[in-house]
Amino acid sequence: MIIYDFLYNLVFSITQSAVAGDITAMVISALLPLFILVLPFALLAVWLERKVSAHMQDRLGPMRTGSHGWLQTVADVIKLLQKEDIVAAANDRTLFNIAPILVFAGSYLVFAALPFSSAYIGSNIDLGLIFIIAASGFVVAGILMAGWSSNNKYSLLGAMRSAAQIISYEIPTILVILTIIMITGTTNLRTLSEMQTGYFWNWMIFGGAGFSLSKFLFIPFMLIGFVTLFISTLAEVNRTPFDIPEAESELVSGYHTEYSGMKFAMFFMAEYANMFAVSAIVSAIFLGGYQSPFGYLGNTFGLHWLIPIEQFLWFASKGVFFVLVQMWLRWTLPRLRVDQLMALCWKYLIPIAFVNLIIIGLITVL
Amino acid sequence: MKEYFQNIWYGFATILTGMRVTFKHLFVPAVTIQYPDVKLQLPERERNRLYVNMDDCIGCDQCARACPVDCISIETVKSIPGEDLGKTSNGKKKALWVTKFDIDIAKCCFCQLCVFPCPTECIYMTDVYEFSEFERNKLVYDFVTLTPVEREEKKANYAKLEAEKAALKAAGTPPAKPSEKVGD
Repeated sequence: MIIYDFLYNLVFSITQSAVAGDITAMVISALLPLFILVLPFALLAVWLERKVSAHMQDRLGPMRTGSHGWLQTVADVIKLLQKEDIVAAANDRTLFNIAPILVFAGSYLVFAALPFSSAYIGSNIDLGLIFIIAASGFVVAGILMAGWSSNNKYSLLGAMRSAAQIISYEIPTILVILTIIMITGTTNLRTLSEMQTGYFWNWMIFGGAGFSLSKFLFIPFMLIGFVTLFISTLAEVNRTPFDIPEAESELVSGYHTEYSGMKFAMFFMAEYANMFAVSAIVSAIFLGGYQSPFGYLGNTFGLHWLIPIEQFLWFASKGVFFVLVQMWLRWTLPRLRVDQLMALCWKYLIPIAFVNLIIIGLITVL
Repeated sequence: MKEYFQNIWYGFATILTGMRVTFKHLFVPAVTIQYPDVKLQLPERERNRLYVNMDDCIGCDQCARACPVDCISIETVKSIPGEDLGKTSNGKKKALWVTKFDIDIAKCCFCQLCVFPCPTECIYMTDVYEFSEFERNKLVYDFVTLTPVEREEKKANYAKLEAEKAALKAAGTPPAKPSEKVGD
């Protein structure tokens, strides 16, 4: 917001044109998360994943590129850039080329509505939560496209599984988000984060702001909602234990089997961008988003410009924490079977989310 | 209904147990050995690349004969009278110039059979195991300490001596001692 206004005023003072100022400010503030967050985070997360998995298995992981291998992903990306861009003769060329872009765009779209701090949100739309769900559903189209156009049984199977999985797991996600909407009455992520201001007991997971009986009644159901949302969003980004669309041991590597070079890297980056997006949504809904749990240093020292920066750091660290939990889960649990995956969704998460929704609805009415 | 909640409870309990195990392993020191920087201690009697200490070699050819894959090839030339070749470390007098001592390590099967017959213990296994090459002929190691010029010189010296002896024999003088052929 502040960044948008700043850019708008800057361009406006130079060109004296409101349209030019609007467009420039919008384009720059829309591209900011890509360059300051998505790309560096994807590079960092891939490295982190390898290090975390290595240390959990008593290995060291990459050690030779930079100190403790921190440049390994950069080296890998450079390698992938040099690789041949293979499009097999039997592939549907157009769809095959569009699919990775669509998948990446879908995961990047989510970042547009994420409240990074009170000073910056890509697009402060009122339907933020709904937009994010819609945008992450958009990825399914890309994945199906990739699977279908690859003309490969493994790719197609992976894509089908992915579609089935993402669509099923969207239901518990939406049900949990509905409970939040019922309590807060807003789908705007910025407003939602502002409502959880103050200390950590004002976070939604602890019943939200205010001090009443309903707050304490909410707490157990909020915990259930939080766990449900975490599991279902984990399934939506196709991470282990829900990685049956990629299932290396069964499907080569699922929908991106036929991809090479930079197109493969785009799928890979989309996966890691999604991981962060999903973690950010969970933390924005339940853990106060960009709000600090203990108040701000900026307030203590009277430096008000420091607060947005602190907020950004809190937001990023909450996101990274959940990404680490996702990695932790990945290297702990084996993959679910397809029927187990569906059973978990339809027999456990959806009923629980429904009951949760009804109970929270009743408490809200009280 | 009871089973349903038991399933949920069991699921969470087992997941948390698993997560505790992996979290503990996060702090277990890694077993990885950073190979080129850190190397494992080799066993005491490991068999790796051969080495020949030419100061002790008497050119007896026993190692070449013991070799099951014929990877050692030795050529020797008798010294002419008056030349002092020195002694080996265990006191044997050297009498032959070794003009060729090639070990084709690409053929070598590391059986160590060449090491035992050596009377002066000059051929032995070392702990060097990193000697890969891009071309196979670079794996033929030449252990001779003489320069190529010196080798030719020794051969020429001996040929000259033989020629002189033959000339003397032809002139009717009885040879001092019948010469025997050396090497192969």
